[in-house]
Amino acid sequence: MSSRFPASLCALGLMACLAGCHREARQDWSKPRADAVPAASPDTIFPGNGRAAPVTTAAAFYEHNAHAIARGQQLFATMNCSGCHSHGGGGMGPALIDDKWVYGGRIDQIAASIMEGRPNGMPSWQGKLTDQQMWQLAAYVRSLSGQVPKDAVSARADELSNTPPQTQTEREPLRPADSAQQ
Amino acid sequence: MNRRAAICVLLAAPLANCGGVQTALGGEGAEGANFVRLFTVFMIVCAAMYLIITVGLIVALRRRKSALTLDDRRHHETSPVLRPALAIWTALVVTGLAALTVASFLTDRSNAAVARDSRLTLTVTANQWWWDVEYHSPDASRTVHTANEIHLPVGVPAEVILKSNDVIHSLWIPNLAGKQDLIPGRVTDLQLVPRKAGQYRGQCAEFCGIQHSLMALDVTVESKADFQRWYQAQLQPAPPPAGSLEVAGYGYFTTRECSSCHNIGGTPASGQIAPDLTHFASRRSIAAGTLPMTQANVARWLADPQAQKPGNHMPNIGLSPDQVRALTAYLGTLK
Amino acid sequence: MTAAEKAKAPPIDVPRDGPELTGAELQRRLARTWDSPPGLIGWLSSVDHKDVGRRYIVTALLFLALAGALAIVMRLQLARPGNDMVGAARYNEIFTMHGTTMMFLFAVPVMQGMQIYLTPLMVGTRSTAFPRLNAFSYWTYLAGGCLLWVAFILNIGPDVGWFAYPPLSGPQYGIGKRADIWAQMVTFTEIAALAAAVSLVATILKQRAPGMTLARMPLFVWATLVTSLMVIFSMPSVALASGMLLSDRLVGTQFYNPVERGDALLWQHLFWFFGHPEVYIIFLPATGFISEIVATFARRSVVHYPIVVLSLVATGILAFGLWVHHMFATGLPRVGYSFYTAASIAVSVPTGLQIFCWIATLWEGRPRLEVPLLYVIGFIFTFVIGGLTGVMIAAVPLDLQLHDTYFIVAHFHYVLIGGAVFPLLGAITYWFPKLTGRMMSEGLGKVGFWMIFLGFQLAFFPMHIAGLNGMPRRVYTYPAGMGLELPNMLSSIGSLVVALAVLLFVVNMVKSVLVGKKADPNPWNAPTLEWATACPPPRYNFAHIPMIDSRTPLWDQGKRMPVVHGLRVEDRELLLTSVLAAEPDVREPSAEPSLWPFIATLAVTVMFVCSIFSPWAVLFGAVPVTIALIAWFWPKSPVPDPEPTIS
Repeated sequence: MSSRFPASLCALGLMACLAGCHREARQDWSKPRADAVPAASPDTIFPGNGRAAPVTTAAAFYEHNAHAIARGQQLFATMNCSGCHSHGGGGMGPALIDDKWVYGGRIDQIAASIMEGRPNGMPSWQGKLTDQQMWQLAAYVRSLSGQVPKDAVSARADELSNTPPQTQTEREPLRPADSAQQ
Repeated sequence: MNRRAAICVLLAAPLANCGGVQTALGGEGAEGANFVRLFTVFMIVCAAMYLIITVGLIVALRRRKSALTLDDRRHHETSPVLRPALAIWTALVVTGLAALTVASFLTDRSNAAVARDSRLTLTVTANQWWWDVEYHSPDASRTVHTANEIHLPVGVPAEVILKSNDVIHSLWIPNLAGKQDLIPGRVTDLQLVPRKAGQYRGQCAEFCGIQHSLMALDVTVESKADFQRWYQAQLQPAPPPAGSLEVAGYGYFTTRECSSCHNIGGTPASGQIAPDLTHFASRRSIAAGTLPMTQANVARWLADPQAQKPGNHMPNIGLSPDQVRALTAYLGTLK
Repeated sequence: MTAAEKAKAPPIDVPRDGPELTGAELQRRLARTWDSPPGLIGWLSSVDHKDVGRRYIVTALLFLALAGALAIVMRLQLARPGNDMVGAARYNEIFTMHGTTMMFLFAVPVMQGMQIYLTPLMVGTRSTAFPRLNAFSYWTYLAGGCLLWVAFILNIGPDVGWFAYPPLSGPQYGIGKRADIWAQMVTFTEIAALAAAVSLVATILKQRAPGMTLARMPLFVWATLVTSLMVIFSMPSVALASGMLLSDRLVGTQFYNPVERGDALLWQHLFWFFGHPEVYIIFLPATGFISEIVATFARRSVVHYPIVVLSLVATGILAFGLWVHHMFATGLPRVGYSFYTAASIAVSVPTGLQIFCWIATLWEGRPRLEVPLLYVIGFIFTFVIGGLTGVMIAAVPLDLQLHDTYFIVAHFHYVLIGGAVFPLLGAITYWFPKLTGRMMSEGLGKVGFWMIFLGFQLAFFPMHIAGLNGMPRRVYTYPAGMGLELPNMLSSIGSLVVALAVLLFVVNMVKSVLVGKKADPNPWNAPTLEWATACPPPRYNFAHIPMIDSRTPLWDQGKRMPVVHGLRVEDRELLLTSVLAAEPDVREPSAEPSLWPFIATLAVTVMFVCSIFSPWAVLFGAVPVTIALIAWFWPKSPVPDPEPTIS
């Protein structure tokens, strides 16, 4: 057996590791990896040419994590988000599968919208859901417009088929009018 | 009772747990009793077969004279006794197995016939990792909705309709009956005819995810009068809180995260996606058999449900010790 | 010769074995023809069935050790109620990996490995049919095993149980890529098993030594034939099921989604249609081992050979009509269940007949209680218990209480360890001199046997009690006070004894390979053809293909066996014979060593592994696979030497 094999096996393993770590990691559920949901601003105007604060790693973790997105999918169903947003296509509430984000499309901005509520009918969930649950919902909402890595998303729910398979969802374009670092 | 004793002896009494709350040897239900009877029959026949085979093997190993082997170049000959021996053996095996098959069919028919006139119907819907229980009634205002527990009157055939909201589970109350799977997209059913009053335990018996091990069910079989009393109590809404601690707990429950998921009848909290808590304090266990129902355990659960049952769908809300105390007090009034 | 005779005699223009070319010179030239090239390339391109078989066996034993280590972890966790040595998520991964590894990466491959090694030697030919396909089968199996275990080590291994029921393994509840890795591993191992089975069936039907009619075939070869046909009919079902699961998870098809007219039970039917024959695929080769060992150690041929053969065939056929007994709790119509009860009980009749024949053979013979026969005895004491508990759970009223409890765990370990592992250990001891040229230590072997036999009973008998006392399967803990503490503690202690026994067996193997007693060609004085050649056999197996006229050729024909003359010596050539009566038919070239099976496996691996992440991999990955297959099958130019004609 030449020495080439262990080396190439290691390389393969490393690649798989990097791909898999965030996606499959289970949180320490007692101490969830949850920053408080910030009141993130959807503004793009900052004094002195400044930029919006970057998304924290804790927040970014949620949209790379399959468990978070899956829990978000279940919460979307059980908290009746479909009542206004349908299964992403919108109805009384705006569509979530497109590229229009009235209050910003970054995960922390979506989580802030869920927490604070928004005019014209978006209820405030602060105190009704934990911060972790709001991050999970925000991660799922991000997946509706294809913003999350495809290997962290499930193709469908065990429900009526309302959308094309989520693993095939095209990533909606980033619009410069929306916040930086989407 | 004699049959059960026989089984216990057969299975080495120290190991068998005939008086247990979750044992297939209990036989406290009609189907459960049929199981014990049929199991005895099978044990006797199978033990006899095993004895014949192992004694035959030991005899075969000992026989030494007049062997037909390579040593005398007779390794292709067979004794004339072997042909009738094979015939007898085949006849024995076929007869024994046919008898067992017939016994199995007869027991199956008996089980099917036993609960034909069920007078009590309930629906159990399985979720990851708890049981939603609803008693039917022709009068819609008399349906009882509870979770993780079943009460049954003795001697009354009950039909349990089984559904699942997510993955495949299996309801198994071994003292009373065999199990049935709860399969999403299908409706199955289980007939229970409890014959002996007592407290039993059921458990999920189909791997359903991370907390499959902690998905149990408290079953209480009681006299008809006691059952009616329980049923009436279940129909009542939750009493309003009295005492400052209980009022604080009530206030938190109905305005914060708890009410997003849980329902308490007679209060504004009407979430439908988690166990119904209207008569929570009257149950024997918390979180589908995870912890016995005591005040300390309720506090422990509220402080961090994830530490008790990691991965279950109730998040760690991050309650302060005062909030835990208040909620524990309030939940303790929900008898 | 007269001039007329000289004109008629065929021109000797190609070296062939025969009276002119025999003995040491023939062996030297055959060795040169049949040898593999040296170095790493030679090692990778070998198509020698003995290499492939040995690799299968060693790799499978490695997976046995890995899965066994996981079992010890499980037993340590379950030794006490409320134990927190292993958490819920990790425990679920561990029992999934234990079951998956044992069933897909150990049990079937080790049996196929033994079959690949022994079958050509037992039927008297130089190679299996389709040697490159055989080699491809091993590399594909290795790739599947590596995929699963690398994933487990990286903590992305499957956690949905070894039979992965949807919706738990489906796209919504099977979170991440864990179940995809499981499903794709199934594809790898299914292809490997199919390839090996095809090669074995062709070898057995077309390459037997002249005179070895079907009625003179060794019973192990019969078992191999039946098993391989079962593989061919059952494996596609699980490949289809896992392919559909992958498709649901990757591209959102609805096969197992009840809301969209799919069905969760569809998986169960497809899986168990494979899953039930699978356990007979594991068991029947073990019965082949038993037949051979019993004959050798009783010093006579197996009594009632036709009954044993018919039992094998009957079991193989009946095994396909039983699968619903895994689904008795799913609420299907009761009348249908009755059929499966009757069929499941009926399938034990042929096995009961085989057991009679083995015991009768021992009775008629003069048994020598050496280690392989000890394992046969252990098999009978153990497997029959498992078979009888199987008869119990074939009955619906009993199964509804016992299904998915530790009673079932006890049952299938009794039939799998008692019915397959014990015969396997006996077979390894028995054929060890053939594979390595050395004998295993008899003393260590006896100690090891008693340890594993008694340790097994201690480990698994209490599980019957635990199941009756209400312990379901696949639980990482159980409450105190339900009578489960004692059975679990006994099981845990027993499992440690079993682990030590397996370790002892491995130590015995390693020690024997290094310093064991050197073996004669036929150290056990056995009757079958594989013992007619050296230990270990040369690359070409037999210097001359023998001609057979008995079921026990080495006992009846001994050293004066007539042989076939006329096979080429400078090229690889086999003699094909007719299917039923094994009359010589044609001479057929046999494949040279080739690197293309290995390269094809690499291409297939890339395609399958990438298709876990994207469906485009199926399209783009097919390109290198096609190239590899084209290169593999590219026809070689015909042999230039002129063939003599018959005039």
